[in-house]
Parts: sequence; structure tokens; C-alpha cells
Amino acid sequence: MATKVHMEALSPTMEEGQIVKWHKSEGDEVASGDLLAEIETDKATMELLARGEGVLRQVLLEEGATAPVGEVIAIIAGADEDLGDDGDGNDADDEAREDDQADVAEAEDGDEDAEESGEPKPASKAEADEAPPSEADTSNGERRVRASPLARRLAEEKGLTLQDIEGSGPGGRIVKRDVEAAEAPPEEEAPETEAPEPTSPATPESEADYEDIPLSQIRKTIAKRLVQSIGPVPHFFLTVDVDMSRVVAARGRINKVLESEGVRVSFNDIVLKATALALAKHPECNAHWGGDHVRRFNRVHLGVAVAIEDGLITPVIRDAHRKGLAHIAQEVRELAGRARDKKLSPDEYTGSTFSVSNLGMFGIEDFTAVINPPEAGILAVGALEERPVVVDGEIRIQPRMKITMSCDHRVIDGALGSRFLQTLTGILEEPLLALV
Amino acid sequence: MNPRGTPVADDSKEFDLIVIGSGPGGYVAAIRASQLGMKAACIEADKLGGVCLNIGCIPTKSLLTSALLVNEVKGADKHGISIGELSIDMGPAQERSRKVANQLNRGVGMLFRKNKVTHIEGWGRLAGDGKVEVETPDGTDTYRADHILVATGSRPRSLPFLEIDGERIWSSDHALFVKEAPESLAIVGAGAIGMEFADIFEAYGSQVTILEAMDHVLPVEDKDISVQMAKAYRKRGMTIHTGARLESSEVVDDGVVLRFKDKDGKDQELKVERALSAVGRIPNTEDVGLDRAGVKLTERGNFIEVDEWLRTNVDGVYAVGDCAGGALLAHKASHEGIACIEKIAGVAHGPVDHGNIPNCTYSHPEVASVGLTEEQAREAGHDIEVGKFPWVGNGRALAHGDSDGFIKVIRDRKYSEILGAHIIGPHATELIAEFVIGRHLEATAEEMEKAIHPHPTLSEAVAEAALASLGRAIHI
Repeated sequence: MATKVHMEALSPTMEEGQIVKWHKSEGDEVASGDLLAEIETDKATMELLARGEGVLRQVLLEEGATAPVGEVIAIIAGADEDLGDDGDGNDADDEAREDDQADVAEAEDGDEDAEESGEPKPASKAEADEAPPSEADTSNGERRVRASPLARRLAEEKGLTLQDIEGSGPGGRIVKRDVEAAEAPPEEEAPETEAPEPTSPATPESEADYEDIPLSQIRKTIAKRLVQSIGPVPHFFLTVDVDMSRVVAARGRINKVLESEGVRVSFNDIVLKATALALAKHPECNAHWGGDHVRRFNRVHLGVAVAIEDGLITPVIRDAHRKGLAHIAQEVRELAGRARDKKLSPDEYTGSTFSVSNLGMFGIEDFTAVINPPEAGILAVGALEERPVVVDGEIRIQPRMKITMSCDHRVIDGALGSRFLQTLTGILEEPLLALV
Repeated sequence: MNPRGTPVADDSKEFDLIVIGSGPGGYVAAIRASQLGMKAACIEADKLGGVCLNIGCIPTKSLLTSALLVNEVKGADKHGISIGELSIDMGPAQERSRKVANQLNRGVGMLFRKNKVTHIEGWGRLAGDGKVEVETPDGTDTYRADHILVATGSRPRSLPFLEIDGERIWSSDHALFVKEAPESLAIVGAGAIGMEFADIFEAYGSQVTILEAMDHVLPVEDKDISVQMAKAYRKRGMTIHTGARLESSEVVDDGVVLRFKDKDGKDQELKVERALSAVGRIPNTEDVGLDRAGVKLTERGNFIEVDEWLRTNVDGVYAVGDCAGGALLAHKASHEGIACIEKIAGVAHGPVDHGNIPNCTYSHPEVASVGLTEEQAREAGHDIEVGKFPWVGNGRALAHGDSDGFIKVIRDRKYSEILGAHIIGPHATELIAEFVIGRHLEATAEEMEKAIHPHPTLSEAVAEAALASLGRAIHI
């Protein structure tokens, strides 16, 4: 039975794909799972595997050509099967194709969100499904109130203003339970009581990877006011100027030790390691903003911004807090290399809990980075330079590095961000602390 | 180097998610997991699709379509169609029902391939520590997953005084393969399953008697619906005993003798060719390794105990659908599967809304409902208004020749929330979806009517019933 080969959605946001190379030619035998072609998507070059078996009878899209997701690009069939036959199998295929297209529609939503947030980082499919309501709703600074008819009726009868109510439905829609919650007596709303939000009963024991912390009323109010003031992700910035003398010395020794293994550790690798350790000590900063809760992660998945030909991408070092420096160095090298070749698979550039961007190699002294939502923070690492500083009343020359942390104020307050930076600075100024 | 984590010994036996059971709870969960980027497998000892596709929802709907057609043909002369001697044979209808089931069963396999869900054939058992053992004719394999979802479903309950033997006393599993309708059939239990089989066998010529222990047929439905339903079945010539306590059954040479106390406490004896036990279902929670994995069951009924996110007491073990209790409905199982997986993936909007799960009986007349019955709404202390719109006020129903029954809407007087909706009559099971989505989006009764319904359609009665609850239906 003939199998139509469709252009498949190989990344969550893919709308069309370009054939880089056919690995099978017309007349070749094909088994299910065989590599048919390499396809360039919007994010990476991906492999298209055969879903049927037989002989590759027709190639309908030549190398270098582009086709939208869902289009038939080749036909696999028996060696002398009549391709005009349109049996049951094809019906099934058509069904499958319709579903693929539905996936694309879903992915497109994700794209819009990414554009609005001004960040080229690819939104994972999961994120696309769960776009923070604040991003979708804000236009011209005015928030359109979305509420169910029943919620409107309830609010009217109870004399409540919808604008004052935080919505918990899809896309931040105000529903019955929100109006009822807003009407509850004030003592139940007081921030010191644990808000019995129905949205998030997760307990630390049952969720190994993260914990969802329901928002207290004060957190909700802070979040709302900040977003009104500054935009969908209310950034603020904290800068530290770090004495890198000991890191410079330590790196020299480390690289000597690793020389035989052919591994070289960069300053950025050391910053990544130190950041991961500091985040493990301050899980409040290792968090995502979830609209109605803050998701605090117990594991550190560090996004590392990598410049590529037509933008940037953020491959993820998973469990960075548990990895040694050499391991991190190798992994960054390997992922960055494949990122530049557009060979990353989606799971390699999604799921980060916090990110680091470094423009030091361009001689940038300090800068601010834009947060990748829903992450709550990103570090912008400047150049390591010798600069004069005052130590004990004397001017001295030291290798220094400026690090600026962008914080999502809804999750990280000034004092919290500062404590995290203190820990990070401490580790960089005394790398031995990494062992403690 | 493997940047994604530590390498595993045998990649083909390691999954992010393993589902035990491929019914509507299990297979839907496996597909959703795969959509969200998890590596998913689904273990099935029998045919893909579970009870629903193979010996439940789907094949019975095929038979009910046949039954409806039989009844339509009996009344064909009023359309100017004369048929002469009518010959009715259940055999081909059963064959057709099998074909439909098989087509869908293959469809699940196709969906698995499309979504890259690994289908493991065999009997799966939890083995603790994220492990699942699968017994096959060739031996036992061990698989491992971070998350294990138990979706093993349920099976017909057999009562001690009505023991299912598959011969004289059937369960629904047997009734689905019968090639010939018996001359007389007693159906014990007037829930959805019992009422649907009554419809089928009556159409194919059986003299049907229904025994129900509760005071009404379809006891979970609104009383008005139950009363209307009993009326419709009696009109078709069926005998119904409600409030009947079955005391014993005895298989004799040429049939079964059932002894019961009727609602007046009088002893009665009924002899039939066959009997169908439709007295409920019990969960498949034995021999799945639940004790070995330390999974807790409920004290009543041996269902798997789960929280609102379908998590059991054991980390990484979840349960959805019939085996996890609650309403034993395919659509509830599927939605639990989705909610459970989305929670694991961290993209869940909220748990399953158990207050908005529709109930359907695909008999003729059809019955469908969502939300509270009038009695439940009053007991819950709501100040309500009730509106009823009969099908005789609907042009399309009259043209259809199917104008018995009504739509009943229960609304909160002050806020106009639609607390419940109950339909008996043509295409009730399709029309109920309008109330489900209305309730889900929190539409008030006014919205249901303000949305313009096409004329002439059955759906106009939905809007009219909403108006009736506001005291201002137009066409009655």
C-alpha cells in the first residue's frame, strides 16, 4: 500500500521546510524509520524518517526547494504497485495530515507570543499552549477585561469591579471562581495565610523537579501593578563589578590540569558554573512566572545564549548545578557548535530555568539582557578587563568583570536578586567556595 | 557525551511515560504525552481501544443504529413505503457492529504510529521503582519509566444471586456477540447499559422485561426524564418493574427463572429465555501489580485512590478512567488522561471539571444530561427556576416524526447560571454538547437564547428551553 510522505512539523513552530538533502533516491528500498531526508526548519536542520516501507517511488520536492507542512513530498510504495490506487491506507494518511496541520495552527500561536515578547528564543510547544495571559492581553497599555457572562453577572450583582479582579481562566479570563474569591472576607485574603488556591496543589515530595508556589494577594497586586507600569515582563536591573583575580589564577591552573584531556575552560564556563551553584542556593531566583503561580525549580537548567547566523538561540545545560567545570565546558562547546550549524533538536533549546548571555568577547563592558519568558532572570556578562579600583585607600589594577542581572520583578524583588548576586560574586571572588 | 543526561542501558525499554491499558483513558493520554515531547509507550493485553471501542460504547451504538432503523422500517408505510413481510435478523447487524469496532481499533494503531507511541503487547504489571513487567507468550520483559499511568478500566459486575454464565445469563460482553435475539429477555439494571440493550433486543423481536432496584429507570437522571423514559418503553411493549428486589435466579433447561419482590413487597417469578445482568461495573485493579508497587485502593469498591491530578499515593504512579473511580464514562477517562499528562508536563490549565461531565443514553428515545438534577439543585440550596420545552413545539422534530419528550433547564434565579440541562428526545446526545460548552464558558441562560439558532433545527429547542427557564418561551 502506498505511503505518502508529508512535510512533517519537525519543530513546534515550523510552518514550512526546505529539503537540504535527500538520503534516498527514487528506486531505493526504504524501511520504516530510515533516514529519508534532511530538512531545514525555522530553527534547525532535522531528520525526516520514513513512516512506511517499500520503494521510494517518487520524489516530488527537489533539494533546495521549500514546501509547507502537510504537503506530499514523496511517495513510498511497492516496487510495482500502481500509484493511482487510492485505498484505505491513503484515507488514513489524509487524516494524519489534517492533524499535522492542526498542530501547525497551535504552533503559530506560540510564534506570535515570541514576537510580542521581543525575544527570538523559540517558544516550546508547552509554552505556546500556556502563554502568560499578560502578554496576550496587553495592547496600548490598556487591558481589555475578559470575563465569562456568569462572572460579569456575579460581579455586577455583588458590586465588584471586574478591572480589580485577577482572572484564572484560559488567557487570564475572569471566571466564576475568581469573582467568588474576590468577594471572600478580607481575613481570608491576608497575605500571611496560605492562599488555598485551587490551581496548584503540588507538594514538594510529589514533584521532584519543581514546586508551584501559589501567589499571595500581595504578590498578585505587585504583579499586576508592575505589568501595568512597565510592560508584560517588568524588568529591573542589578549590576555587580566582580574582582576576577582569583578566577584568572584558578583558570590558568585548571587548564594546565585539563590540557592532557584536550579541554579548555573559558571564563564564561566558570561564570556558568558559579551561576548554577548560586541558583541552587537561591532557588527563589531559579523560577518561572506562571501567571497565577511562581514555579520554583529544584534543578538548574541553564540557558546559554549563542549568536547564530540570523539571530540567537539558547541551548540548555541541563542540571548545570551538578556538572563539573570540564563537563560544562565540553557541553557548551558542543551545543554552541551544533547551534551554529542549526542542528539542535527542540529539547536541546527548551526547558531552561534561567539564562546567561555574554557579550564580553565583543568588548562590551556592561549591558542589560532581555528576559526569556517565563524565566524570572537572566545574567548579562561583560568583558573581563584590567581596571583601576580602590582597595584599602590605594589605587590598584585588577581584572574585573561586570555582571548585570535582569530580574522579573513579579518573581524576584531587589533584595532577593541582590542576595543571589552576593553569593555569585562570592564564588567568583573566591572560587574555592565552589568546593564548599 | 550525551548532553541530555546519563546514558541508559537499553533505550528501547526506557520511557518517559508508560500507560497500562489502551482504552479511551490510556490511549489518549499516551498520544497527548507524545505531543508534549515525552517518549511514551502503551501496554495492551487485548485489542487496542479497550472496552469502549471493542465491547462497549462503539459496537453498541452500531447495534442501536440498526435497532432504530428496524423501528423506522416498521413505520415506513406512513412515508409511502410498503415493504410487505418484514424479516429481521440480528446476525448481520452484529457483523456490522464488529466491523465498526475493528475499523476504530485499527485507527488507534494508526494514531499510535503517527504520534510515535510505542505499542507493547502483553499483560502489564507494576513492579515498583518505576518498573513495569510485561508478560507475553514468549516470557516477561521489564520496562522502566519516570511516569506510569494505570488505565486498566472496568468489567461487568456479577452478583451472587445472578451469576453471569455467558449462556443463559449474559453480561454486556456476551450480549454484544449474540447472533439471534432471544424470544424473551430479562434485563436486570435500568442504567444506561441496561436501557440500551433493552432497546436493541426489543427492536429485534425479544419480549423484554426490565428489573430495577431503584424507584426509577435511569436512576441517575432527573426524575422527569426517568418517568418519560419508562413511559416510552412501556409504549413499545416492554415490561418495567422498578423498586424490584431480585432475590434469586435459577438456570433451567429452557431458560432462567428470576424471583424478586416487586415494589409492593409481593413475591414475583419471571421465566425468560435469557437474562442480561447490567448491574454495574467493577474496576480491573487486581493482577496489575498495584500491591507490589504500594498503590492504595479505596475502601469502597477497590478503585485506585487518586487526587484531583490523578496522582496515586506512590510518586510517579497515576491512574485514570474507570479503574480510578467516579463516573464510568469514556469521555471522563480521556479528559482525566489529558489533565494528568498536562500536569506532569507542567502545562495544565486545571483539573477535570467533574461537575460538567455529560451523561448519555443512546436508546430510543435518547437521553442526555449535564449538571444538577432538579432534586440535586434544590438539595444544594439553590434558588432555582425550571423551564421545560416539549418537542411538540419544535417544527423540525415534528417533521422528523419524533416529538415525544422535552428539554429541561434548571437555572439559578439570581445569577442565571445554568445549573443543569436534561434532554429526552431526538438527537439528545448531540444536543447536550451545547449545554456542556455553554456551562464550560459560564454562559447564563440569557446567552443560550441570544445566540441565534438556525431554523428549522432541533437546536432551536435548546434556546427555547433556556427561555422557558426565564419564563418566556415563544413556541409553547
